[in-house]
Amino acid sequence: MTDRAVTDRAVTDRAVAAGTGRPLDVGRRRVVVGIRGLTVVIGLRSALVGAAFFVATLGFVLLALTLGDFPLTPAEVVGVVTGQVHGLSSTVVLEWRLPRALAAVLFGAALAVAGGIFQTVTRNPLASPDIIGLANGSFTGMLVALLALGGSWPLLTAGSLIGGLLAAVLIYLLAYRGGLHGFRFIVVGIGISAMLASVNTWMLLRAELETALFASAWGAGTLNSVTAATAVPAGLCVVLLLALLPLVTPGIRQLDLGDDVASATGVAVGRARLAAITLAVCLVSVVTAVAGPIAFVALAAPQITRRLTRSPGIPLVTTGVVGGALLLGSDLIAQHVIPLTVPVGVVTVVLGGSYLVWLLIHESRRRA
Amino acid sequence: MGAIVVPRVRAGRGSGRAAWFGAAVVALLLAVTLSVVVGANPMAPGTVLDTLFGGGSAESRFVVWDQRMPRTAAGVAVGAALGVAGALMQAFTRNPLADPGILGVNAGAAFFVAVGITFFGVTSPLGYVWLACAGALLLTGAVYAIGSAGGQAAGPVRLTVTGVAIGAVFAGLTTGLALTHPDAFDRMRGWSAGSLLERGFDVVLPVLPLVLVGLALALWAAPGLNSIALGPDVARSQGVNVRRIQIVVLAAVTLLAGSATAVAGPLVFVGLVVPHMVRWTLGTDQRRIVLGSMMLGPVLVLLSDVLGRVAVLPSEMPVGVVTAFVGAPVLILLVRRRSATAL
Amino acid sequence: MSSPTGPALDSTLGSPLQAGGLGVRYDRRSVIDDLDVVVPAGSFTVIIGPNACGKSTLLRALAGLLPAASGAVLLDGRDITSYSARDTARRLGLLPQGAVSPEGITVAELVARGRYAHQRLLRQWSAADEAAVTDALRVTNVADLATRPVDELSGGQRQRVWIAMVLAQQTPLILLDEPTTYLDIAHQIEVLNLLHDLNGHGRTIVAVLHDLNQAARYASNIIAMHDGRIVATGPPRTTITTDLVAEVFGLANVVISDPLTGTPLVVPTDTRRPHPVASGG
Repeated sequence: MTDRAVTDRAVTDRAVAAGTGRPLDVGRRRVVVGIRGLTVVIGLRSALVGAAFFVATLGFVLLALTLGDFPLTPAEVVGVVTGQVHGLSSTVVLEWRLPRALAAVLFGAALAVAGGIFQTVTRNPLASPDIIGLANGSFTGMLVALLALGGSWPLLTAGSLIGGLLAAVLIYLLAYRGGLHGFRFIVVGIGISAMLASVNTWMLLRAELETALFASAWGAGTLNSVTAATAVPAGLCVVLLLALLPLVTPGIRQLDLGDDVASATGVAVGRARLAAITLAVCLVSVVTAVAGPIAFVALAAPQITRRLTRSPGIPLVTTGVVGGALLLGSDLIAQHVIPLTVPVGVVTVVLGGSYLVWLLIHESRRRA
Repeated sequence: MGAIVVPRVRAGRGSGRAAWFGAAVVALLLAVTLSVVVGANPMAPGTVLDTLFGGGSAESRFVVWDQRMPRTAAGVAVGAALGVAGALMQAFTRNPLADPGILGVNAGAAFFVAVGITFFGVTSPLGYVWLACAGALLLTGAVYAIGSAGGQAAGPVRLTVTGVAIGAVFAGLTTGLALTHPDAFDRMRGWSAGSLLERGFDVVLPVLPLVLVGLALALWAAPGLNSIALGPDVARSQGVNVRRIQIVVLAAVTLLAGSATAVAGPLVFVGLVVPHMVRWTLGTDQRRIVLGSMMLGPVLVLLSDVLGRVAVLPSEMPVGVVTAFVGAPVLILLVRRRSATAL
Repeated sequence: MSSPTGPALDSTLGSPLQAGGLGVRYDRRSVIDDLDVVVPAGSFTVIIGPNACGKSTLLRALAGLLPAASGAVLLDGRDITSYSARDTARRLGLLPQGAVSPEGITVAELVARGRYAHQRLLRQWSAADEAAVTDALRVTNVADLATRPVDELSGGQRQRVWIAMVLAQQTPLILLDEPTTYLDIAHQIEVLNLLHDLNGHGRTIVAVLHDLNQAARYASNIIAMHDGRIVATGPPRTTITTDLVAEVFGLANVVISDPLTGTPLVVPTDTRRPHPVASGG
């Protein structure tokens, strides 16, 4: 037997011998679910918060399907979904409202998860994917497509996608110097972001008023242009990307402990970080391409989740659920509560920011 | 990210520093000269000189005295104010990404201006000045009040997060307002680009006292900030009243950034970039950084303004658009230097 | 004559960790150059040396945290870069300086994080994990703190928790970068005794220590460094001598025999004593 095996065996034997019989209490309630050697650990509070928000999301979806210029009762909605009711109700629900509602949930989840990844990897609660110029770059791409190339919807989507990714690549190239040092990366991101923002401002200034209004509405982040044709491919992309999340989560959770400890416990730090950021960038790009840069979900949802679940890191799955609820709720408010036509991005900013402020006040009162 | 890295001081000896300031003075004079001489109305330098000393035609007097001189004065005031405000914010929050706007100055100013345009039909730059000033001061006050809720003095992190949150809320409200009122949108998109166009002496002079008070407070607080950079405990043991310095710094930032935004609209990038450039070439002594930013800020603003006047003749590119194009490459070049320090 | 692995390396030696011709650079500046070192299996090796001599750099390079600009580090006979991150972590555990604990994490959770290398996507918690964590908590005497948040602990307790985390990793090799700095003397001795016990149970320990006399007392093998080079290696008795201490640390000293253990005891020969206090008049 090698020395190592002896050591391991000795440790295990001692632990069994000392065996208290009780499972280890880690100071936080959690559930270990396992069958046949495969196990998954779920934090209890985190799961409860996620479940609560999921139920809320279902409620929001129902609201989204019933409210509008053509009001329907829940019974009618159920009828449409189960295929018993046809006609105008069916069109309204299946072609207008359902795609938009589902898109809101998925896009919100995508943004929230991307924000959570960024904040975990940079260890900064104020980090958001926008620091690498994605939002501004997408806007630039979209404006170029709109003002110079004619502005059909596929063109706008493509422009936004290309603009955002080009911005991210440009920042990566400029910041890379024998490695991606965090500080340099962020500063270059801010520089490029600011340049793109001024380009956008300039283009908006020069455009016709109506065009500028339309572009700005998109630039604030809107679900108004989401149809089944755009929602389905984007939604599928989001689902596929989110399915990759479990591959990335354990590594970046370990990064919470600092690069050295993460590396020492077995994380390939450089690779893990790159994979995580790439996933986050893809998530944000897909959403921005279709709906424009929706602000604050990526920034606020992870922080809201972390405070509600009181967990040491950011639980990404729960964050996704919270983000979905946040965006759908905001869209409901934008559509039905506010008398004027406001882009959902405005509502997310106001809501998300206000909630954050409330949390800050609440926290300080609790501590005082 | 907010870590303090012991610096390799760039201009370590007195002669190096003197040279830096000498060059800065020259650059400032050059920028001012360019700002007075160059413009959309081409004028020979001789004519300009003539007009400055009492001669010249009515037209040249109009261009020089009613347009370029006040504009230059505004540029100097705004540049100095933003540069110093940025330096103070970065030192106070120990975060190299801080700019004066994170305290909510820009969001407050923009919101009040938007409300003024939408509901009260305000259209003149002078009207904007009062609205913006009020908005900036009120919102920063709110940020500070909420950030300190609970009795403890607001620490830099809390203040930053609060500022970002409240700033975002009001930015969202402003956007919502503008997007639903096309007329207001049209005016706002001009104002929010950040411009020195049509800023006469009647716009600059009222805020000048605020700027001067802010600069004085900044110079007073700078030595204390050096100690605070070593940590509040070390600072206290050196006899620095940390709480007082923090209040003074916040007041200075509010006055400076509020005035600058009131005059020119939001020029965010200046406050972010100028202190970095000063720090990376001059070292980390806050007194020198404040002085250096006071000189370099106007250089950036004036040069950008001049560029904007002539780059897209016959129209004009607002200075806010140009500062990013001038400042960003410089920032990126500087940060790619191996010896860039974190703070 | 200079092969890539250097003349001193012999993968049949049985040493779990060795380096040959090792060079490490930091930002174009060479910190370590052409260094050969062998860590004997089952030893308690302590690296000593003055500030900025490269002790930490050597330890981190041996752990695979820093890339070798020249030469190679061999872990269990193979180049360390040929292992995957998880494989390295199963053979070698490192407690670096400046570890950060996430806000609100409890002791048991933090120790459990040490099991990362043994876990998989769908094997997130097993009986072996549980046993390892429980054992680590017990051995480091923090079992009764298991449910407390780490932020609430004292410096000494927190250090023991970090050591528990490394123990939970269950590696035959443990590297520690200044594990006793910032601890009071009682806790320093406690940590060293713990490391001694672990060494007695078969683990190879490599630690960077500041205190010469503690190093002399506990180590079975000393590596003395100066200016990026190894000046002497061997048991404390032969390495910690008056001449070596004078050369490496620049300290006038005399080395005597510890009255209790017989290990070397370094005594500075500067004979200044407290100034006599003038009696009142």
